[in-house]
Amino acid sequence: MRIRPSTIDKLVRIGFNAQAFFTVSILVVIITIIFFKGFTHVNLEFIFSSPEDMGRQGGIFPSIFGTILLALLSIVFATPLGLGTAIFLTEYTKESAFTKIIRFGVESLAGIPSIIYGLFGFIFFVIKLKMGWSLLSGVLTMTIMILPTIIRTSEEAIKSVPRNLRIVSYSLGATRWETVTKVVLTSAMPGILTGVMLSIGRVVGETAAVIFTMGSSLRLPTSLMDSGRTMAVHFYILAREGISMDKAYATALVLVLSITIINVFAYYIMNKVVSRYS
Amino acid sequence: MDVKIRIENLKASFGKHEILKGITIDVYKNMVTGFMGPSGSGKSTIISILNRMIDFEDGVKMEGRVLLDGIDIIRDVNGVELRKRVGTVFAVPIPLPRSIYENIAYGPRLNNINDKDELDQIIKEGLKKAFLWDEVKDRLNTSALKLSGGQQQRLCLARTLALRPEIILLDEPCSGLDPISTAKIEEALSELKKDYTIILVSNNTKQIARISDYSAFFYIGELIEYGHTDALFTNPKIKKTEDYISGKFG
Amino acid sequence: MTVITFKKEQFIKFVLMAFALSSLIFLFLIFAFILIEGLPLFHKIGLKNIIFGFKWAPTKGSFGIFPMIVSSFLVTFGALVIGGPMGLSCAVYLSEYSGKKMKMLLKPALELLAGIPSVVYGFLGVIYIVPLVRNCLGGSGFSLLATAIILGIMILPTIISISFDAITSVPKNFREGSLAMGATKWQTIYKVVIPSAKSGIMAGFILGMGRAIGETMAVIMIAGNALKIPTSILDPLRTLTGNIALELSYATGDHRMGLFSTGVVLLVIIMTLNYIANFGIKKKRLK
Repeated sequence: MRIRPSTIDKLVRIGFNAQAFFTVSILVVIITIIFFKGFTHVNLEFIFSSPEDMGRQGGIFPSIFGTILLALLSIVFATPLGLGTAIFLTEYTKESAFTKIIRFGVESLAGIPSIIYGLFGFIFFVIKLKMGWSLLSGVLTMTIMILPTIIRTSEEAIKSVPRNLRIVSYSLGATRWETVTKVVLTSAMPGILTGVMLSIGRVVGETAAVIFTMGSSLRLPTSLMDSGRTMAVHFYILAREGISMDKAYATALVLVLSITIINVFAYYIMNKVVSRYS
Repeated sequence: MDVKIRIENLKASFGKHEILKGITIDVYKNMVTGFMGPSGSGKSTIISILNRMIDFEDGVKMEGRVLLDGIDIIRDVNGVELRKRVGTVFAVPIPLPRSIYENIAYGPRLNNINDKDELDQIIKEGLKKAFLWDEVKDRLNTSALKLSGGQQQRLCLARTLALRPEIILLDEPCSGLDPISTAKIEEALSELKKDYTIILVSNNTKQIARISDYSAFFYIGELIEYGHTDALFTNPKIKKTEDYISGKFG
Repeated sequence: MTVITFKKEQFIKFVLMAFALSSLIFLFLIFAFILIEGLPLFHKIGLKNIIFGFKWAPTKGSFGIFPMIVSSFLVTFGALVIGGPMGLSCAVYLSEYSGKKMKMLLKPALELLAGIPSVVYGFLGVIYIVPLVRNCLGGSGFSLLATAIILGIMILPTIISISFDAITSVPKNFREGSLAMGATKWQTIYKVVIPSAKSGIMAGFILGMGRAIGETMAVIMIAGNALKIPTSILDPLRTLTGNIALELSYATGDHRMGLFSTGVVLLVIIMTLNYIANFGIKKKRLK
């Protein structure tokens, strides 16, 4: 019995719908599990107190603090470097062998897996430069890791600023730098910020590159040379050592929630770009 | 009549393609000079040399001299400085994505003029000369993007005037504008020539005939004829000019 | 004023150029130091003994990482088997079948899925997938299968987004031509659209491979820790990434160098995959 192509078509359509549903449901399942298993243990005390008994009791404040410090400092270093590179590639040179080589470098950096960043950060910052396991080692490593993302998103944002605006600025007697800062960047800012937010999200979720550079000390990091934990590292250790299921779920919830909020924020900014130009 | 701009045997080529084949023309001070001719005649190229926007194109070679008050503006002057003295209004109105006030304040702020009273004065003056003040005086802080096409173009004119340039270049400023807006801009230009030297590029021969004092007809990179507008239009000396004016080609 | 502005502009350009060069400098540093630490062991022990050696006992002088190379590839292949078809059909759905509402739901959902840290995936894998495998199929649960399932889910966003780009860039008239000749939508998709998008889709798969091979945290939590080549999908294993992550914190001397050598091999494999994928994507764009 031969099935008519139009019947197959209908079945396929149903199949695809089911498929998409399944994919979304994976996400829903993940978020639900973490939420329900974790929220009973997340309270103000959890967020603001320090871990006790290796994390079996107490809270995760030092990890939260460590995460915030690592993310913010990495952004502070990576944004000027990345934005400057993007500006250079789009506004200050034309396409040439030189720009191609730089782009090749950026793309290559983007492809390196995080464990290699961990290896590199470990041997270069921790050992050779004698910084030890420290916030500084972590920051420098993460800066390099998020640099390609900042460069890519900034470049896209800058390129989407209409050419006409630059022409107007120049015709009114502005220099290249004045045009870049007063016209191009102001229009490209939403896109650039989106890239920054996404990079923050990445730092927050990263483990392999962080644990071998920033270390895993339970204490609150108070200086650049102090070691510390990020939430992701703390969560990993809790899980690996089987220290506490409850605390692990709670940490996971805070972790996933932070990243979700950051991503939502990034999207909110991105949508502002769309509405501005439509 | 003083000569404001003297162009001597100006040649420009892009690769092998010759855009300007040796233009020599004197543009007079405090007059509206009309540049007309079909597409590809090189009029826009001359404009982009006069405001040095041609610097942003690669691979263009130039020969000859362009003298502004006797100084060679291709070789002896910095492009950025020149553009503060030579203002340009483009064919498409390009407001910056900010308020009307900040659009016009952009130029002066680049020159470190940040005092509010001074800026208010400059902006009011510019908008009045562009015949736009009455329409926007109550909403200077609203977005310039909300203005109509004709209003936006007058905004661009006001923006240029805020720099108090000596020369105003307009490259097909009224293409795509309705007749009323066009009339307003033409009225503004007729007033402005008392204080500025104006060059108007247009494909619209009737517009050139209406408001320019002197007219130049360009054809494929050459200056065919140049003279007093009335004389040129009633009694063109060269056949090609006559054919263009009467619409036999365009 | 003129001269100062010009000099200031030159200075700014110079600074920006230095910033741009920093990417190259960082790339160079990374390769240099990984190689400096990793290559000497290849000389000392021999390239063949390391890459094709079967025994990893670094404190006793054995640095064979062949089982881990095989395991890395097996886990990646498994991830592609699980995530590939699912990802591709999601991409097809997004571009050909879904309405605006579903698109608006699915796209952020995928971004969120991509944003979940790998440690969380690993954790959930340990809590839910590992026992599932153990109870349904046997073994300890810490297995090639469990790892492949979790990795498959993790590479979904990558495969979906690149396949989606490839499929949507197939010109509209291809589809219209096929439909005009009486083909159904599905026939058009699998006979015309997917074959045209082939190189982009493959690039997505290869990039997904690169992600899976480079994945560390989830893998070390689920794959078990066996140093032998797995003979069934229920066997535990250790990948190249796992090798590095599990031992770096306490390795010294030659042992540590061995981990860097592992890193060299990993780096070569992944960069090769990335370049092939990028080349494929760029070829598609030029078309």
